[in-house]
Amino acid sequence: MILGASAAIVGCFSFLRKRALVGDAIAHSILPGVCLAFMVSGSKNPLYLIIGAFITGWLSLLLIDAITRTTKLKSDTAIGIILSVFFGVGILLLTSIQHSGNASQAGLDKFLFGKAASLTKDDVYIFGTIALILIAVVILFYKEFKLISFNPDYAKVIGLPVQFLEFMLATITVLAVAVGIQAVGVVLMAALLITPASGARFWTDKLSVMILIATAFGAISGFLGSYISYIAPSMPTGPWIVMCLSMLTIGSIWFAPRTGMLAKFRVQKENQRKILIENVLKLFYHLGEKDGTFKKQRSTSVLLASRDLRIKELNRGLHLLKKEHWLRKKGDNWLITQSGLNEAKRIIKLHRLWEMYLNQRLKLEPDHVHNDAEAIEHIITPELEKQLEKELNYPTKDPHESVIPYAE
Amino acid sequence: MISIETHNLTVSYNRRPVLWNIDFELPTGKIIGIIGPNGSGKTTLLKAIMGLVPTSSGYVKIFDQDLNDVRSRVSYVPQRESVDWDFPASVMDIVLMGRYKKNNLFKRISKADRDIAAEALEKVNMLEFSKRQISQLSGGQQQRVFIARSLAQGADLYIMDEPFIGVDAATEEAILKLLSDMKKDGKTVVVVHHDLQTAKDFFDWIVLLNTRMVAAGPIEEIFNETLLQEAYGGKLNVLSQVGDLMKEKAFDVRES
Amino acid sequence: MEAFWIILVGSLIAVSCALLGSYLILRKMAMVGDAISHAVLPGIVIAYLLSGSRETLPMLIGAAILGVLTTVLIELFSKKANLQMDASIGITFTWLFAIGIILISLFAGQVDLDQDCVLYGEIAYVPLDLWITDSGYNLGPRTVWIASGLLLLLLLFIWKGYKGLFITTFNEEFAKALGIGVAFWHYALMGAVSLTTVVSFESVGAILVVAFLIVPPATAYLITNELKKMLFLSSIFGIISAIGGYYLAVLINGSIAGAIASIAGLLFLIVWVITLIRKRQPI
Repeated sequence: MILGASAAIVGCFSFLRKRALVGDAIAHSILPGVCLAFMVSGSKNPLYLIIGAFITGWLSLLLIDAITRTTKLKSDTAIGIILSVFFGVGILLLTSIQHSGNASQAGLDKFLFGKAASLTKDDVYIFGTIALILIAVVILFYKEFKLISFNPDYAKVIGLPVQFLEFMLATITVLAVAVGIQAVGVVLMAALLITPASGARFWTDKLSVMILIATAFGAISGFLGSYISYIAPSMPTGPWIVMCLSMLTIGSIWFAPRTGMLAKFRVQKENQRKILIENVLKLFYHLGEKDGTFKKQRSTSVLLASRDLRIKELNRGLHLLKKEHWLRKKGDNWLITQSGLNEAKRIIKLHRLWEMYLNQRLKLEPDHVHNDAEAIEHIITPELEKQLEKELNYPTKDPHESVIPYAE
Repeated sequence: MISIETHNLTVSYNRRPVLWNIDFELPTGKIIGIIGPNGSGKTTLLKAIMGLVPTSSGYVKIFDQDLNDVRSRVSYVPQRESVDWDFPASVMDIVLMGRYKKNNLFKRISKADRDIAAEALEKVNMLEFSKRQISQLSGGQQQRVFIARSLAQGADLYIMDEPFIGVDAATEEAILKLLSDMKKDGKTVVVVHHDLQTAKDFFDWIVLLNTRMVAAGPIEEIFNETLLQEAYGGKLNVLSQVGDLMKEKAFDVRES
Repeated sequence: MEAFWIILVGSLIAVSCALLGSYLILRKMAMVGDAISHAVLPGIVIAYLLSGSRETLPMLIGAAILGVLTTVLIELFSKKANLQMDASIGITFTWLFAIGIILISLFAGQVDLDQDCVLYGEIAYVPLDLWITDSGYNLGPRTVWIASGLLLLLLLFIWKGYKGLFITTFNEEFAKALGIGVAFWHYALMGAVSLTTVVSFESVGAILVVAFLIVPPATAYLITNELKKMLFLSSIFGIISAIGGYYLAVLINGSIAGAIASIAGLLFLIVWVITLIRKRQPI
């Protein structure tokens, strides 16, 4: 759990600095480090392994940077080269160790897919300590990290030691990856960095909240994944952690308030409803304007004849308007109420004001302004309405010489 | 004769319109400048004309027809910075792209194509560079290669995005001479241009743009203090607020 | 004879990957290639479960579907959900790969694939799986035929589609303005990458395919400015890596695929350092 959480925190910064896949490269680069450390020290002591991992992890960062700086290769290619070659070397060493029949190698391949559920007590202490140090560093340097993530130039200007901070950030990223690999393994490590941060992004614009949510995602998934692999030992821990993370993130994409897909659909539906009832209301106004009275009852067929609407749509609109008390039903006919008339006037006024605006400010011909106004009338707020009136100097007629109705 | 007609053209990014109701008719046989401040939608307008960005309302007609029916008569010169000049290709390779068509994509490049491409290179004074790798070209030379590629298409209407930006004086002169030659041949050239100082000397006709169209017409009618002030005097307050609202409330320019 | 077959398959795959990889690099899609190579795993496993055998055809179909699904998912995440590109790639491939591994563990009894094989393949077993006709002729290892078929198909694709790939890779907008179907070429290339991945999968594993796809073309790109030379040189580098890799693996008794990737990396390093020295540019 702690492993997942600490990786998620660090991941937020990688995500915001648009270097999400660098984490992937670091993760792959750690494998040869671990193998080398094992070959040199001959033991599985996690401390040695982490030091080895740390060295090759850092080396990969430096190499990616050097390749993009000195050649015409772009950063994605540089990342691809480093991750695949380091991983290839790692696999070569790993298989060589395995084939040499060294009895204590058994634990090394756990680095590939992770096995958080089977960590020993000593492992837990060491990794736990490192994870806590990571969290402490992030809290300590929170403000500085935030600044170099969002605005590195500004950070430089106000005299922050940007290079030192970037070095710190890179170091904790490498450490987080080295530790996180225990949980999910090399191949899926990228998910631990990227996925929680991406999911959290949908819930908030604030960095502190984002980090909290991402951490929670990481912790929950870490727990669930380990639990699954604990009750069903044949199940690999890492993939399940990633599975949980992905589900949380995809869930966020759908259900997050405001930015989620469902929220967006709801807004669409709401917009459509608004457009429908306002359009039907306008019908009553137009008919009334033509006849010189708004007190006449209208039948469905008359309404249908004067606007291109499907009958189902019209009926839905009529009933919605009745609920608002803007229409009244008399037998088979419909009558607009006083409050409905006021509302209709407001929309007609916005429509004609906008036509006027397009005509005057955008110099559009009168026969080109109607379609646009049909849409914009539904969206103009009272404040904008006032601005429009003022800017156009309270016009009384629109470009088609129709009267603009003002509220009494 | 009309080269390009736009009718109530509105283009939005994330539902916020970046071009509002652009409505104009451009003549043929002229050098036409599209002029406006940064962020006024000049490039977007070109892309909308070439069908490269979706429009939210209105339409574009070229020579009174749909773009798809007259593609062979229209040529597009994108911004120089829009491609990676480290790409492993020679100048000739790039210019030959002008001979690619939808229906000859699987055929080999012919001798005739090579001759046409060489001719186009000659027109921009780049023939001697035809075997040169494009990564070794200067900014001005890159621009000339792009224009040669376009010439190789043998179109009637040329649409160029900022061909004068960041080029040396020699290139500028070469392009200007080319433009006037093209005009003599009855071609139409539409050029997006950001520099007011030179606009007056370069173009016969201009379109003034700032998210909406401020004016369009022959240069002597349009190029005056009042209209320029209007185009460069900032955006219309109400218009941009409505645009923001449309993005915020996910509202389309046309009722769906 | 064994060594010959292994090196032959390794070279065939290396050349196929090098050809496609050149285009991936130039399109700045190296990591998309990485993503596809991971993400085809669930497709292979599902095809395996459904068909109940290691037949090539169902696996190819399964992998191709997943490959295209990967690109679609990445686009969905980045366009519909407004995630940045690298994050969408990261989420997509880790998720699909996790599903693949989970499926393997879930049906461990029925699936004759193990996690190690997924990671670094079993090219050493190539000579064991012989294709023997009904009349008893020994036609050599099956994989050799499949890999040769793939390479022929790719050569045909690149030869016939040279212009299309060239223009859509260099300048997509210009291609669109000419009315060329940019999406067609994009998906054709992605489909080819998926196919190559699945053919290479058994031999070199899902992950080291990336080394084959990216490293030799990147090496070639450092020393040439011509697309045709780049395609040729990257194939050569691929073959050298395959030969060198085999003997390195024999030498230290390790995974052949890992050794091939190591040699490819070594070649890159040498070429890179030489170009640096010639430019007299410090790192």
